[in-house]
Amino acid sequence: MMDLSILLALLQDGVVSGAVYGLLALALVLVFAVTRVILIPVGELVSFTALTYAGLEDGQIPEALPLLLALGALAFLRGALQDRGRSLGSLALQTLVLPAAIAGCAVLIAPLHAGIAVQAGLAIAVVAPMAPLLYRIAFRPLPEASVLVKLIAAVGVHLALTGLGLLCFGPEGARGPAFSDAVLTLGPMILTGQAVWVIFCTTAAMAALWAFFRLSLAGAALRATAINRRGARLVGISPDRSGLLAFWLAGLIAGLSGVLIAPLTTVYYDGGFLIGLKGFVAAIIAGLGSYPLAIAAALVVGVVESLSAFWASDFKEVIVFSVIIPVLLWRSLRHCAVGEEE
Amino acid sequence: MTRPMLILIALILLPWLPGMPLFWVSLANQIGISAIVAMGLVVLTGIAGMTSFVQAGLMGFGAYAAALVAQSWGLSPWLGLPAALLASGLAAVLMGAVTLRLSGHYLALSTIAWGVSLYFLFVNLDILGRNDGLSGLPPLSVAGYRLIDVRASAMVIGVSLLLSFIATRNLLNSRWGRALHALQGGEVAAASAGVNLGQARLLAFVYAALLAGLAGWLFAHLQRAVSPNPFGLVAGIQYLLMAVLGGAGFLPGALLGAAIVVLVNNWLQDLLPLLLGAGVNAETVVFGAGLVVLLQAAPTGLWPLLARASAMAHHPQGRTALPAPSAPNATELLQATRLHRRFGGLVAVADLSLSLHKGEILGLIGPNGAGKSTSFNLLSGVDHPDSGRVMLAGTDATGLAAPEMAKLGLARSFQHARLVAGLSVIENVALGAHLRGTASPLQAILRRDRAEEAALFATAARALDRVGLLAEADRPATSLALGQQRLVEIARALAASPAVLLLDEPAAGLRHAEKQALAALLRQLAASGMGVLLVEHDMEFVMSLAHRLVVLDFGTVIAAGTPAEIRQSPAVIEAYLGAAA
Amino acid sequence: MSALLQATGITIAYRGVRAVHGVSVSVAQGEIASVIGPNGAGKSSLLAGLMGLIPSGGQVLFEGEDISGLPAEARVARGLALVPETRDLFATMSVADNLRLGGYRHRFDTKAGRTRDLDAAYAMFPRLAERRGQLAGLLSGGERQMLAMARALMARPRLLMLDEPSLGLAPLIVRDIFRTVAGLRDQGVSVLLVEQNARAALALSAHASVLEGGRVTLSGPSAMLAADPRVTEMYLGAAPAAMA
Repeated sequence: MMDLSILLALLQDGVVSGAVYGLLALALVLVFAVTRVILIPVGELVSFTALTYAGLEDGQIPEALPLLLALGALAFLRGALQDRGRSLGSLALQTLVLPAAIAGCAVLIAPLHAGIAVQAGLAIAVVAPMAPLLYRIAFRPLPEASVLVKLIAAVGVHLALTGLGLLCFGPEGARGPAFSDAVLTLGPMILTGQAVWVIFCTTAAMAALWAFFRLSLAGAALRATAINRRGARLVGISPDRSGLLAFWLAGLIAGLSGVLIAPLTTVYYDGGFLIGLKGFVAAIIAGLGSYPLAIAAALVVGVVESLSAFWASDFKEVIVFSVIIPVLLWRSLRHCAVGEEE
Repeated sequence: MTRPMLILIALILLPWLPGMPLFWVSLANQIGISAIVAMGLVVLTGIAGMTSFVQAGLMGFGAYAAALVAQSWGLSPWLGLPAALLASGLAAVLMGAVTLRLSGHYLALSTIAWGVSLYFLFVNLDILGRNDGLSGLPPLSVAGYRLIDVRASAMVIGVSLLLSFIATRNLLNSRWGRALHALQGGEVAAASAGVNLGQARLLAFVYAALLAGLAGWLFAHLQRAVSPNPFGLVAGIQYLLMAVLGGAGFLPGALLGAAIVVLVNNWLQDLLPLLLGAGVNAETVVFGAGLVVLLQAAPTGLWPLLARASAMAHHPQGRTALPAPSAPNATELLQATRLHRRFGGLVAVADLSLSLHKGEILGLIGPNGAGKSTSFNLLSGVDHPDSGRVMLAGTDATGLAAPEMAKLGLARSFQHARLVAGLSVIENVALGAHLRGTASPLQAILRRDRAEEAALFATAARALDRVGLLAEADRPATSLALGQQRLVEIARALAASPAVLLLDEPAAGLRHAEKQALAALLRQLAASGMGVLLVEHDMEFVMSLAHRLVVLDFGTVIAAGTPAEIRQSPAVIEAYLGAAA
Repeated sequence: MSALLQATGITIAYRGVRAVHGVSVSVAQGEIASVIGPNGAGKSSLLAGLMGLIPSGGQVLFEGEDISGLPAEARVARGLALVPETRDLFATMSVADNLRLGGYRHRFDTKAGRTRDLDAAYAMFPRLAERRGQLAGLLSGGERQMLAMARALMARPRLLMLDEPSLGLAPLIVRDIFRTVAGLRDQGVSVLLVEQNARAALALSAHASVLEGGRVTLSGPSAMLAADPRVTEMYLGAAPAAMA
C-alpha cells in the first residue's frame, strides 16, 4: 500500500534522478545541435566519473588515467593525420600535455584524501577531457557525414568504451560518498541532504549554462553554429572549434552527473548507458532541440521511473522506455518525415 | 544461376567432406544464421536507408516463439517456424506503426530504446523463463531422423540462407525493390511516381524482421536453448556492424560481414583471455573501434572493395509495352484558381491562377525568386496552398499528396534531378511506371511478377528511347551528365503515361542538339493530347516551344500571352533586366 | 592600381558535376566589380569557392597573399566577407545578436571599438536599429538583406562579396541597397557584386564579367557591356528573326 510519505519519497527520488537526466539531456541536445552527433557514449563518461569518484574516497589513483592518456595519444595521431602536420603544437598541448598534466596532478592528489569537493573536482577533471578527445578521434573526421552515420559511429564508441571500462574498473560496482548525511524532516517528507545537493548542483549548472549561452560571445557563437553552420563560418566561427567546445561542455556535464549519481546508487562500469539513455528519452521528447522542454521531460522520466520501480520493479526499464512511444507517435502524426534531413 | 548461389550450394555440401572439423561446421552455422539477420539489414539499412538496432530483439521473438511451440507446448518444431515468423513479423508491424514515420536518426534512436525494452521484457517474463530462458528444446527432425549432428543443422541453415538470398534478390528486382531503393534519397521522386512511402518503409521493416525471425527459429533449434543475452542491444549492434562491414547495399556483403564478425569474435574469445586474463570483454572494444575506423576509412563496406560488384540487377527483356491508359475527357487538364502560399513572413505565391489545356505547352517563366518553384510544388502536390484550388482532369486535387496526384494522371520532373542512386537508368525510369504494375511483394519474391515486369521494362525502354537515352539503359543512373539525368527524369515521367506533364527546367544543362530533340519530343507529346507545363529559364527554348506563357514576379502573374506578346511586354523586360537604377 | 583580389583559373565541381571551369576574376582596390549571367551559370558557386565555403581548384590571391585552400573562417580573418544568396542569418537570434556575431572576428578588441562598429551599422541601416530586439527569422525580405549586409560589415572587411542582393526584393528596396553599396565603395570597401539584375549591376560597377555555363564569355568595362546587344540576348533570347 502506498501512503503519503512513500509517495513523497518516491517523488523525491524521481525528481533527484530526473534532475541528473535533465543535465544529460542538456548535454545531448547541445552536442547534437552543434555537431549533429547523438552522443550515445555520454553514459560511459557518467559511470567512469562515478567510479573514479568512488575510488578516490579510498585514496586510489584513478583507474581511468591510462584510458585518458591513451585517448590523448590516439587523438594526437588522428589529428596529425587529418591536418597533415599543421598546428601540431596546439594539438599536442591539448591531446598530450593536458592529459599528462591532469594525470600528474591526480597521482599527487589522490592519496591525500583531500576532501569530498576536491575528489569530486578531480574525478571530473580526469574524465571530462575524454569527451573532446573522443570528438577528435571519432567524429571530427566525419564532418559532412549524415546524422545516421555519426550515430552508428557513436554506438561504436559506446561499445568500445564499455569494453575499456571493464578493463579499467573491473566488473565490481562502487558507491561514492554522499556530499551530506543530513536528513531533514518536513512534515510527512523526509528530505535527504544528498537530494538537496543534487538539486542545488543541477540548478546551478543549468543557470551557468544559460548565462554562458545568453551572455557570452563564445556561447552565442556556439548557438550560431547550431542555428546556421554556413552563417557561422561566414562570420569567422570555426564549426570545428565549436564542436570541440560542445564536447568539452558535454564532458563536464557528464562528469558532474557522474559525481552526483555516485552516492545515490551503486554504479558499474556499464551502468552509465542506461542512465544516459534516460537522458536521451528526455532529449528526444524535446525533439533534440529545446533545452527547457528537455529538462521538464527529464523530470517526468525520473518520476515515472521511481513510481514504476515501486509498483512493477521488474518492468521498470520497459516502462521508462515506453514513455517515449506516445511522444514519438504524437510527433509522427504531427509532421511527415519525408526528406526531413540529408 | 548466379555465382553467389553456386557458392552457397557448395557451402551446404562442404561440411560433409571427410575430415572437415566439426568445430568449423559449427562456426559456419553461426555465420549462416547471422548472415540471414544481416541480409535483412541490407534491405532495411543498405537499400532503404533505415538504421535499426533492434534486429537481435526481433530475432528473439522468433527464437522464443520457437521455444514456446516446441518445448513449452510440446508441438512439432516445424510448427515453430510459422510461429516464429508470425511473432517477429507482428512485432515489426506494431513497432513500425509507431515509429516508421520518424525520420532517420529518430527511427534509429527509437530502435535503441526498443532494443533495451525487449531485452528487459525477455529477462522479466516468467513464461519466457526470465534470465535462465527456456532450455531442452527438441532438435528438428525429418521423417523421424533427428537432426542433432551439426552437419545436419548446417544443411537446414544452408537451405534457409539460400532461400533467403533468392527471396531477397527477387524482392529487390521487382517494382517493390525499386520503391525500397527510392527510400534512400529518392523519396520525393518516388512519391511523385505514386509510391506510397509509408507502405514501402513498413515492407522493408517487416521483411527484415521476418528474416530475423527465421534466424531466431534456426538459432533456437541449433542451440536447443533460448536465453535473453543473444537478443540484447549489443547483439543488435553486432548485426548492424556485419551489414555495414560487408557493405550495406550488397547482399553477398551480409555473408562476408557475418563471417568476419563471427570469426573475429571467436578468435578474440580464444585469444584475449590468454593475453589479458579472463573477464575482459575485449571483443566489444575491437568491434566498437572497428565500426568507427570502418566508417572513416571505408564507408561503403568491404564487399564493393573486394568484388568490382555491379549493383545493377538483370531485368527481364520485354517487347510489348503497356497500353496507354485512356485519356481524360476534360479539355482543361490542370486548373489553378487563386493560389496563395506564404512561408513565415514571405509571400511566395499570391493569387496565382492559370489553366493548362489538352495538347497545350504552357511556359511558366519569371526572374529568380519569382515563386516559380513554389508554384510548381503547389501544382504537383509536393506542397499545398494556404488558399485557392487545384483541379486536375476535372477532379478537385487541392491538398492531395503527390502519390494521389500521380494516380490522377500527373507526372513531373525536378529542377535538381532526383534519380535514385542505387538503380540503373532504366530501373529509374521503370520506377515511374510503379502504379501501372500490380504485383504484390509476395508475388515478387516468388517471381510470379515476371510477365508484368517485362511489360514494365518494355514501357520504360520505350520512354527512354523517346528521350534518346536507350543506349545508356544499364548504366548507373547517377553516372550520367546532369543534362542527361534531367532527360531520364522526363522518361520516368513518360513511363507513367501521364495526362499532364510538369517539367522543371528541362533544358538546363542540355547541349544545343539535345535541346532541339527535347523540343521536338515535347511538341509530339502535346500533339498526342498531353498537357505540358514547363518552368524554364532558357528563354530561347521556351519562347520557341510554348503556345502560351505565364510570367511571374514576386509571386504574382505580371503578364500572360503568346511568346510574341510577352517579348514586347515592358513589365516583363523590366522584371528581367531591371529598371536602370 | 594593384588588384585586391586576383583569382585565376577557378574550377569548381559540385557533386561530380563541374559548375565553374577555369574562371578568372579580379577586383581592384576601392572599385565595384560585377559578375552577371543567367541562372545556373555558376555565379553563386564562384563566390562560395572564392570564400572557401566549397572546395575549388585554381589560385586565389588576396592582397598578394595566396589564400587558396584556406577555410572560410580563415578568409574572414583576412578581410573577405560574403553575403550569400541564402543570407544565412541566425534566424532564432535577435538582430542585435546577429550583428554582435558579425563582429566575432574582432572579439578580442576593446568593447568601445565593437560598440562603435555596432553604432555605425545602425546608422547605415536605421531600420535595423528599430528592430534590434526582433528575431532575424521574423524580418521581411528587405530587412533580412540589410541585416545580412550589416552583419558582414561588422567584420570590417576589405572586400565585400554580394550574391544577388536584389533577389526577391521590391524595386524601391533594391534602389536603397544599391545606394548603400555605392556608399561603401566611397568609404574604401571594395565590392564584388553578383547580380541577375544586369542593368543595375552594370550601372553600378566599373568592371564586369559575364558568366555563362561556368565560363566567362565576356568581360570588360561595365559601360561597354551595357551597350552590348549580346547581353540582352542572353536574358531574353534572340529575336525570332535571328533564330534558325
